[in-house]
Amino acid sequence: MGKAVLKRLGLLLGTLLLVSVLAFAAFSVIPGDPTGAVLGIEATDEQIAAFRARQGLDLPVWQRYLSWLSAFVAGDFGQSYKYDMTVGQLIAPKVGATLTLAAIAFALILLISLPLGLIAARRPGGLVDRAVTVLTQVTMSVPNFVMGIALMYLFALVLHWFQPEYIPPEQGLWPHLRFMVFPALAVALPKSAMTVKLLRGSILGELGQDYIRTAYSKGNSRGSALRRHVLRNAMIPVVTFLAMAIGDIMAGSIVVEQVFGVPGLGRVLISSINNRDYPVVQAIVVLLAAAVVGCNFLADLLYRVMDPRIEGT
Amino acid sequence: MKRKNWYLTIGAVLTAFMLAFTALGLFWTPFEPSAMSAPDRNAPPSAAHPFGCDAYGRDVLSRTLEGAGSTLTIALAVLAVGAACGLAVGALCGYYGGPADALVMRLCDTVAAFPSVLLALVVLALTGPGKYNVIGALGVLFIPSFARLVRGEYLKYRDRDFVRSARLMGVGDLRIIFVHILPNIWPTLLSGLTIGFNNAVLAEASMSYLGIGVTPTEPSLGYMLKDAQGSLFTLPWCTAFPAAAVIALILGVSLVGEGIRDRMGAAS
Repeated sequence: MGKAVLKRLGLLLGTLLLVSVLAFAAFSVIPGDPTGAVLGIEATDEQIAAFRARQGLDLPVWQRYLSWLSAFVAGDFGQSYKYDMTVGQLIAPKVGATLTLAAIAFALILLISLPLGLIAARRPGGLVDRAVTVLTQVTMSVPNFVMGIALMYLFALVLHWFQPEYIPPEQGLWPHLRFMVFPALAVALPKSAMTVKLLRGSILGELGQDYIRTAYSKGNSRGSALRRHVLRNAMIPVVTFLAMAIGDIMAGSIVVEQVFGVPGLGRVLISSINNRDYPVVQAIVVLLAAAVVGCNFLADLLYRVMDPRIEGT
Repeated sequence: MKRKNWYLTIGAVLTAFMLAFTALGLFWTPFEPSAMSAPDRNAPPSAAHPFGCDAYGRDVLSRTLEGAGSTLTIALAVLAVGAACGLAVGALCGYYGGPADALVMRLCDTVAAFPSVLLALVVLALTGPGKYNVIGALGVLFIPSFARLVRGEYLKYRDRDFVRSARLMGVGDLRIIFVHILPNIWPTLLSGLTIGFNNAVLAEASMSYLGIGVTPTEPSLGYMLKDAQGSLFTLPWCTAFPAAAVIALILGVSLVGEGIRDRMGAAS
């Protein structure tokens, strides 16, 4: 197993390197020279020269890449074009909100989909199963920001469960988290529907296996066979799916932030795109990419622990 | 067949209805979608304006029709780019294999690991907004998932007996790839197309909702939803109808895909 993990680790580093090259190339080759975009057309020659020197634009591409990469790894993401701040200063206060949102969404997905998947698989074709199937099929078709708007309408306007105004953690951790549950729900519901469907199918697939017949013959009821034997195997594809979904959850959080007015990474990303503040966009993309690739690596490890049959590759 | 394939029936009906609805929107709308009419400002749904009017007195039905038509065209164009290129790349990689295949698949995995909405946003940050930029960005980003799907199928078929005998008879590789193998993978490809279509609708709507998709003057359901959000509580119909159109479009096609997979499962 150790060798396989090392191989995966090498692959992880290779992927990260590829991501960094792509991100760097996209932002340094395609948009041409940022000088005009930042300083405007009325900039003097001295201003332009100073800006180019500060941003290191006069060096050859591969030197710029190496110095960019080494600084990035050390935590220096560069200087914002638009604001007189480093990218780190601009992003740092916003990361918390997005991570909180994504974490709550992930917890909600587990909380919603595991019980529903189990209940649906208990009597396939039964009334509960059919109700869950219809519900998941419809929920899957709702884009997360539309879900967010619907939740906002239902819970803020009709039921008055929350005020449609962001509550920062400084105003108390509990009210903050209580508010964040609603955007998290918007991210979580469509993903939960997919998870329920996958889990149900996976459980039903396992139920037909020989080892389940053995479990029954040893006196297990359907419920205990499900819990003690099936779930462990049925969870394997689900864990992979959830790990792969982390990127989508982050992306979903960034979109849904806009619905609920949460000042997270999404807002910085969008305003930076509109302002053509490329260093900020670049840093956010690379950080998100690193998070996604890292999570997939962890899922792969977890997968090996859960299913020791998987060797090599 | 043991039981009726409800997914396919309901999905086909819903999809046909939405296609008719959007196709109508491409040619005819009851009012000029961008015409503002002062007396109709904030008008709730009525006989003259079944979906009501927005804060500028624009007819929401006309705008929804036009927006759905635009969303549909963009999604289909994205599919055409993604599926055509993905089919070519996947077929060649799966049929020939080798180090080029390994390299291309590594690249595909890397791109596919990231949410396409985010990547497309970044691409649009570089190219600027607009309908054709959205199609280009999403189309390219959809190639890897199709390539993966198609490659898997070609891998499955390339050493089957019918392929070997064709090879023995001197049939060329390209003819084997597109005439002999391709018909076998239609169901898988079709089911992949339904998923791709939904992802394209979703991505386009999300991007336009964020204001980084089509330009504000181009019609789009996502842009309508963004516009309507400020008046969500006072003019809920401005949100409800475009939202319903997005959901119906996705739901219908996803049911069709489900039905196809159901039938494939029953056949094998």
